[in-house]
Amino acid sequence: MSNYTAIREWADEKTADKTRIVVGLGTCGIAAGGNKILDAVEKTLANNDAIKADVVSVGCIGICYKEPLLDIEIPGKPRLSYGSVTARDTKEILENIFLNNKYEHKKALAVIGDETFEGIPSWKEIPFFAPQERRVLRNCGFIDPEKIEEYIANDGYAGLSRALVEMTPAEVIDETLDAGLRGRGGAGFPAGRKWSIAADNIHTYKEKNPNSDAFGYVICNADEGDPGAFMNRSVLEGDPHSVIEGMTIAGYAIGATYGYIYCRAEYPLAIERLKLAIDQAREKNLLGKNILGTEFSFEIKLKEGAGAFVCGEETALIASIEGLRGMPMPRPPYPAQAGLWEVPTIINNVETLNNIPVILAKGAEVWAEKGTEKSKGTKTFALTGKVENTGLIEVELGMSLREVIYDIGGGIPDGKEFKAAQTGGPSGGCLPASMLDLTIDYEALAKAGSIMGSGGLVIMDTSTCMVDVARYFLTFTQSESCGKCVPCRLGTKRMLEILTRITEGKGKIEDIALLEELAPSIRDSSLCGLGQSAPNPVLTTLKYFREEYEAHILDGHCPAGQCKALITYTIDEVDCTGCTLCAISCPVDAISGAKKELHIIDTDICTRCDTCRQVCNFDAVLIDGNLL
Amino acid sequence: MTVSTQDRSALIPLLQQVQVEMGYVPREAITEIGKELHVSTSDIFGVLTFYAQFRLTPVGKHQVKICQGTACHVQGAPLIIDAVEEELGLDDAHDTTKDGEFTLEKVACFGACSLAPVMIIDEDTKGNITPDKARRMVRKIIKAQAAKAKKSAADKNNGEAKNE
Ligand SMILES: Cc1cc2nc3c(=O)[nH]c(=O)nc-3n(C[C@H](O)[C@H](O)[C@H](O)COP(=O)(O)O)c2cc1C
Ligand code: FES
Repeated sequence: MSNYTAIREWADEKTADKTRIVVGLGTCGIAAGGNKILDAVEKTLANNDAIKADVVSVGCIGICYKEPLLDIEIPGKPRLSYGSVTARDTKEILENIFLNNKYEHKKALAVIGDETFEGIPSWKEIPFFAPQERRVLRNCGFIDPEKIEEYIANDGYAGLSRALVEMTPAEVIDETLDAGLRGRGGAGFPAGRKWSIAADNIHTYKEKNPNSDAFGYVICNADEGDPGAFMNRSVLEGDPHSVIEGMTIAGYAIGATYGYIYCRAEYPLAIERLKLAIDQAREKNLLGKNILGTEFSFEIKLKEGAGAFVCGEETALIASIEGLRGMPMPRPPYPAQAGLWEVPTIINNVETLNNIPVILAKGAEVWAEKGTEKSKGTKTFALTGKVENTGLIEVELGMSLREVIYDIGGGIPDGKEFKAAQTGGPSGGCLPASMLDLTIDYEALAKAGSIMGSGGLVIMDTSTCMVDVARYFLTFTQSESCGKCVPCRLGTKRMLEILTRITEGKGKIEDIALLEELAPSIRDSSLCGLGQSAPNPVLTTLKYFREEYEAHILDGHCPAGQCKALITYTIDEVDCTGCTLCAISCPVDAISGAKKELHIIDTDICTRCDTCRQVCNFDAVLIDGNLL
Repeated sequence: MTVSTQDRSALIPLLQQVQVEMGYVPREAITEIGKELHVSTSDIFGVLTFYAQFRLTPVGKHQVKICQGTACHVQGAPLIIDAVEEELGLDDAHDTTKDGEFTLEKVACFGACSLAPVMIIDEDTKGNITPDKARRMVRKIIKAQAAKAKKSAADKNNGEAKNE
């Protein structure tokens, strides 16, 4: 079977008219107890012969704060989604629907479709989903990632077919250039331009080394190093074929023979699903020799990373695949000139590659309708931290931070105030409330001192200490610095020492100037992006939250009440009921007081572990006299 | 003899395989892999120490993983780490308890940020953890362990008594 129409017919037939009970089992779903829901579904089915349905587990649909999720698909009816379900809810929902024709339930979340149904609102009316534009996440949470037929039945591999059958490699590159797709791994380099440079080099390489067993490589960067983000993981877990298809199209465009997926070892589920997807694609002749009956052959191999942030940098990643320490190399030569084993190589991020099949299937013009002049398309973000609705979201580029945080995210919980939005992880920066109307695009974020990054978006409120956040990121970059170049190795160390000193109340006012002097020199003289961007968290917090640094240094005060060395715990005389819970919970016996009487914390013994404040039911434990 | 470049790329996957099977990479394995791939032991050490994934010492019976990703950090992960370290008598330089029962690993984002802060004990993921809850979880395992040890000691005694 080697032509697309035949494969598509096979897939449509296999997936047609099925009643499906769908459980979200991405990493987040599993963590929230999705497996218990799956068990409950199976038990309910076993006990009710009348319920006939396929049970399917899918990746993450993105609405993480409503996990575990249970969805029902019945032919002729819209798909219904239920959130925060328990095992008991599951039984109830299934029996209601299949035995009593009753769809409403207190856990009903939305209709995944345009219309309301039986009193359940359309997801277009749910604030979390309404402003979103799902392209990258088109299949996540919808298809069974372990079944290739479900991907194909949703237009999967149509882009590859069009590219291979109807277009020349040069036309594929032009289409990608026309779309204006920029790299989603952080730096935003135009994908088409990278491909076109590589294609030229591969052409020359072929002439010089006609007997080489590889003329070019396509590497998918699935190392996802930002320690607060999981966009790539969700795509790999929920829609692995989209990445394989994107890589194969890229391979055809530049004339490469092999592809490598370099995936974080900490993503076992993603790795498992990728392996399966590669096998399935090969079986259907969508990978391997003479793909879809054409002249083009392409193979993909999987490489597991080994836990080094710097290996997300392209030259270090190549060294790692070669079995070496993952140390970056000076560029040029760029990988597109001499990459893996000195062969011209392109490296693209998971999300960049995931966009390619859509561009090829729908055409560059349609794809580029979304976005801004210079930042086309959509971008996924892992929206986390101090925000009401956390999850994996996708928005049109050009949307404002405010819309993302307040409309999709539902604002800041517990009546607290917004303080900062962090984008770009350790390479990015913290943006203050005055920048909430900033549009999310590559240029605007860079101008503000941060970067687009790969999609981490961590929201912070007034109880987050910005000096501590800077210290947190520097701890990360310092320990991940590979040590090859001096500015990064020693510079990050010096900055970390200074930041630690400030959070411990031992800072001097000159330290601020010292940081401001160190930062640009590290940025300008480091070998790779790790060092070059490491100062960003420090520079942005100094720029936008300078008064917090000064409070630590001059007043010995942490305004957020986070820095242990600078805070004191006390118990409020009025609110304490003398319930003794704090005294019982205190791991160091620092709290004394008789039952029904005011309790007192001995600050000399207190380790500021925060246990008393968290267990108190009466908000009676204060930090520096304030209720946090 | 030098290794062909493509063979060399088998080094990291081989080390990973050993680590999966043994929980760490023992010395003997390093020597053996070195011989196999014609790579020097010091070179392999260089690779092993570069990548955070590799351990050179055995892991504890119970694995405690605490997320120190950004979302977990702002939701109080450092307090959880302090609490568990104190409970188990560990610090930055010691990640495994002397009795070999527990290993504490601090990892980057689990991808469950909506449940931050997150802790995993032996495959059991727990979200919205507090220092107090973390301590209890650890104590529960220690207690279960002690009860098991007591029971097996008692069984052994019983068995011996019967034999007599
Ligand atoms: C220290 C460092 C870490 C990086 N980590 C990643 C990563 O985890 N994922 C990624 O796609 N790109 C990462 N990059 C960027 C890559 O070097 C490269 O630019 C990117 O993979 C290119 O793909 P794109 O053009 O599709 O964005 C990192 C760069 C640096 C300097
Ligand atoms: S930051 Fe801890 S799970 Fe994501």
